[in-house]
Amino acid sequence: MSMLAVPMATTADRPVNGVALTVVVVLFILVAVLGFFAARWRAGKETGLHSLDEWGLGGRGFGTWVTWFLLGGDLYTAYTFVAVPAAMWATGAVSGFFAVPYTIVLYPIVFLLMSRLWSVSHRHGFVTPADFVGGRYGSRALTVAVALTGIVATMPYIALQLVGIKAVLTVLGLGSAQNVLLTDLPLIIAFVVLAAYTYTSGLRAPALIAVVKDLLIYLAVIVAVIYLPIKFGGWDNIFGAAQTKLDAISPATGKPTGVFIPGAASYSAYWTLALGSAMALFMYPHSVTGVLATKSRNTIRKNAAVLPLYSLMLGFLALLGYAAISAGTKPIDLNGAVNPQLVVPQLFLDNFPAWFAGIALAAIAIGALVPAAIMSIAAANLFTRNIYRDLIRPDADPRQEAKVSKIASLVVKFGALIFVIAMDQSAAINMQLLGGIWILQTFPAIVAGLYTRWFHRWALFAGWTAGIIYGTIAAYNVVNPVTKANFGGSIAAIPGTNVQVYIAVVAFAINLIVAAVLSLVFRAMKLPDGKDITRNSDYGADEDDPKVAELQREYPLGETGGGTF
Amino acid sequence: MSSPDVPTRGPARPGPYIVAGILLAIAILVPLLVPAYSIDQPRFAGMPFFYWYQMLWVPITAGMVGVSYRLVTKEDRRRREAARGARIEEQEQ
Repeated sequence: MSMLAVPMATTADRPVNGVALTVVVVLFILVAVLGFFAARWRAGKETGLHSLDEWGLGGRGFGTWVTWFLLGGDLYTAYTFVAVPAAMWATGAVSGFFAVPYTIVLYPIVFLLMSRLWSVSHRHGFVTPADFVGGRYGSRALTVAVALTGIVATMPYIALQLVGIKAVLTVLGLGSAQNVLLTDLPLIIAFVVLAAYTYTSGLRAPALIAVVKDLLIYLAVIVAVIYLPIKFGGWDNIFGAAQTKLDAISPATGKPTGVFIPGAASYSAYWTLALGSAMALFMYPHSVTGVLATKSRNTIRKNAAVLPLYSLMLGFLALLGYAAISAGTKPIDLNGAVNPQLVVPQLFLDNFPAWFAGIALAAIAIGALVPAAIMSIAAANLFTRNIYRDLIRPDADPRQEAKVSKIASLVVKFGALIFVIAMDQSAAINMQLLGGIWILQTFPAIVAGLYTRWFHRWALFAGWTAGIIYGTIAAYNVVNPVTKANFGGSIAAIPGTNVQVYIAVVAFAINLIVAAVLSLVFRAMKLPDGKDITRNSDYGADEDDPKVAELQREYPLGETGGGTF
Repeated sequence: MSSPDVPTRGPARPGPYIVAGILLAIAILVPLLVPAYSIDQPRFAGMPFFYWYQMLWVPITAGMVGVSYRLVTKEDRRRREAARGARIEEQEQ
């Protein structure tokens, strides 16, 4: 299990940092032990882990503290920690610092929406957002659309967590430009261990590990934010260096390298990126998994008030991208090219004693394991509930569901692993960018459904289709000015105007207009509504209100609501 | 599903929801008004206004969500007790 046992192939210019590597390996082993131990933590007495409620939602009993760590580890992923400062380092505020307003406006939105989703899911035993859509609209087409969107959007997200681990391993000196297998061996080992404890412990594993990971990352960021500005002559100097770099004219495009403070032309891009990302985040299945694992209706609301502490940390972490500019950090990848994603790991390794750099790098690597585990569980639950049970085996019992979900979580993880090893890293990044656009297209079906049944199910399906098609084409048409590759970014002009905005938001607007217009048309045509198995009282239910789980088992979703297209 | 729709909560008093709604709307809209803060001066400890102003909104939003939490959960509890009281009265009759 130890990564020390792996033969280390190194290039001459990237020596292995023994001390830092040892710290990372020790912490990794500690976390793996915790992951396996988690199976016994607050385990269900009667069923063990043999149901989706236990394996896939940790027993639906996480209180405020556990939820804070779990969602913190779930939403602020390793990729975020690597990519946001990388974006700041490379092109400045618009592509990087929007993460701060994004994670600010996120929480009022969560506050408004998520306790209703919790209540109705609690009453009906829903495990996934697609379960809710199926129960609400009685449309199998819409349920499958929501489930597939969730799975497809999550897969590249898991792959990007691997990219985060890879950045750490590269900086530590593990890997070689010549030997592909040796380069990826530590990554494969880390992932096999992760897959094993997710399989045995389910959602309890990332919940426990998240505590360790979050404490480490807070420690690393707080120390870095105090120490580095002192070392580099204060924030004045850091911002000065950043401004000089970002305002310099790039020879490739003839425009400034980046944006230091957005000008009028970037206003709409900046706020639509923040708002669109915030609306999309809790449509991702892994976020919903975190919400449904909580104990009571208001746990998530309480967390919406305390989770912003992570946003503050993310803001400072983003500024470390500027600190790296002023420090002259050189993120050189194994093939000799500049890879901005190595900026933060390299910054820590260059400027801290090896043991402390090891702690910071371990925090990032472990930070990849938590969301990767939750995402694979969430995707597996979607597959089990909304594809396996709804389409293949309507009579599956909870034990079978848990079994299928465990295997699906393995498949999902190895899919992501192959994705990262076999394909170019930029493929994962492009897919993740598309995933963000796609997942927002499930917003009308899920969120409108929490408040009203005004929308017609087929209109929602048509809106979803329109949004996905527009979003995909628009994203494809964005060409990277330097490399001339498609999928060059997530910003495009609103059709017919010059206003640059986040593509997902335009796709969402199209989606909503199509759904609204067609709802009126379909109602006028008197097309049948699906069966709604939820009732008004469900949306305000709390933990001590009776569940309809027994009724649900007598009349499974497939018969009451989901039977018709 | 033939079981009747038994209310889990009594009727709402609009007050707390309106106040919480206004607080949350402010917390969503104000951080998105980019022209209001897309400037360099005044700096704080060397940080341009653009950066420190947005960071400042993190605790402000947290506070607003916290106040909303208190208002809404208190009302939630009252409505729940009202619904339960009504159910017990029904049984006694």
